Amino acid sequence: MNPDTTALPLADEKHLPMPRIALSMTINGARYDIETASTATLLDVIRDQLGLTGTKKGCDMGGCGACTVLVEGRRIASCLALAASFSDAVLTTIEGIGTADRLHPLQAAFIRHDALQCGYCTPGQILSGIALLSENPRSFEEIREGMSGNLCRCGAYPGIVAAIAEVAGL
Amino acid sequence: MSGPSFRYIRAARLDDALSQGARQGATYLAGGADLLPLWKAGLAAPTEVIDISRLPLSQVSYAGDALAVGALARLSDVSAHPVVKRHHPMIAEAILASASGQVRNLATIGGNLLQRTRCTYFRTDGLACNKRDPGSGCGARRGESRHAALFGGSVGCVATHASDLAVALAALDAEISCRGLTGERRLALQDLYPLPGATTAPDTSLADGEMITAVHIDGAARFAAQSTYLKVRDRASFEFAVVSVAAALRIERGVIAEARLAAGGVAPLPWRLGRSEAALIGRAPTGEAFALAGELAVEGATPLAGNAFKVPLLHNAVIRALQTVGEGS
Repeated sequence: MNPDTTALPLADEKHLPMPRIALSMTINGARYDIETASTATLLDVIRDQLGLTGTKKGCDMGGCGACTVLVEGRRIASCLALAASFSDAVLTTIEGIGTADRLHPLQAAFIRHDALQCGYCTPGQILSGIALLSENPRSFEEIREGMSGNLCRCGAYPGIVAAIAEVAGL
Repeated sequence: MSGPSFRYIRAARLDDALSQGARQGATYLAGGADLLPLWKAGLAAPTEVIDISRLPLSQVSYAGDALAVGALARLSDVSAHPVVKRHHPMIAEAILASASGQVRNLATIGGNLLQRTRCTYFRTDGLACNKRDPGSGCGARRGESRHAALFGGSVGCVATHASDLAVALAALDAEISCRGLTGERRLALQDLYPLPGATTAPDTSLADGEMITAVHIDGAARFAAQSTYLKVRDRASFEFAVVSVAAALRIERGVIAEARLAAGGVAPLPWRLGRSEAALIGRAPTGEAFALAGELAVEGATPLAGNAFKVPLLHNAVIRALQTVGEGS
């Protein structure tokens, strides 16, 4: 049901064109004023409409954490978030975390600890890890529990936990 | 993956929301953690989504041993709230056991209590389910019944309620405030959840457009030092309960003066274990007393082929939870 290719409106209520809404968001310090489908998830707006494809779509059901973004510093699963509900929100995606020249300390730690293989889950792992660090985890066990919303099919968990622990000073 | 179209309306005031929410085809959106997956899977098809997330119903207050939590408070804010951690640590424990950080930051207290069952037959379009499609039958009774109820089920539905929070709240005699177009009412949390009938299984006793506005716990902080939430699940984290137990004791001069026990994952609602509670009163907190409570907890269970293992599991979980609570008393 792509709103841009919807045929002419029909009388049947079920085939009304997708209602559209206007919303503003600040992402990585830049302001976006957009119009989107009322049904769009935050994930789909970020990826498909704004082209910030560092945020990944995995399960699209809130289970895998690949779509993790920060809203005012707190991590959420953007696939479970209706974009319309986040108008005026201040977001951070992986594009707003470090650069190739100036890595975020957690990104650097991921490299040191070999905390990835295919890399698909890594943006979500990094954002989730940054949010977890702000919650001051006090043990490896708390890191494992705190990162349970991020799955890694390559099984890089030991490296991920070690990288977060290093930045946490554990 | 996406569902059918809907209109999005952000409610500016509670009164507006109540009239918008009462319209046919309308549904409330708070965090979206349950609604969006249901909508994507075709299990919810609202024509209007009324966003209530910005209504001022997210305060946590505590005065005179009465805790009030706004229905729109986020799970993560409630579990981290100093008043909750200090006076009702079991609630914080249940919330922290309930989902990942990413979900707890979205999900609200009211939404958590209203989350729909995780029963596979409900969540899979096309399978027989009286809850989703009244009159279609219950696939779980004769099918995959591993997660089915031990108590409170009917020939028409054996789905269990998935909320951890509700189990802890039930043990503490929580009540909820609800608002609808006709006014406000307050009821026991358990009364929110009707038992299923022969061909229908409504989730709640809420009227169309009625919403939960707050959760109340009065006078239960005396259990703070001796309470626990034990969750048994298929993996160590971010998984629904196979069985869970909320347990709280008040021990006076070496004797159990009060006991609270509720079980999750075993019924269509958080299941209070009244007979176990009664049997504990007046006894010393010993292994014998706890074993008796465990035995009474599973009395009257009606297991199916796939979930009989939950009978000894619940029995043992009750004992384990009581041992945890009784330690050091």
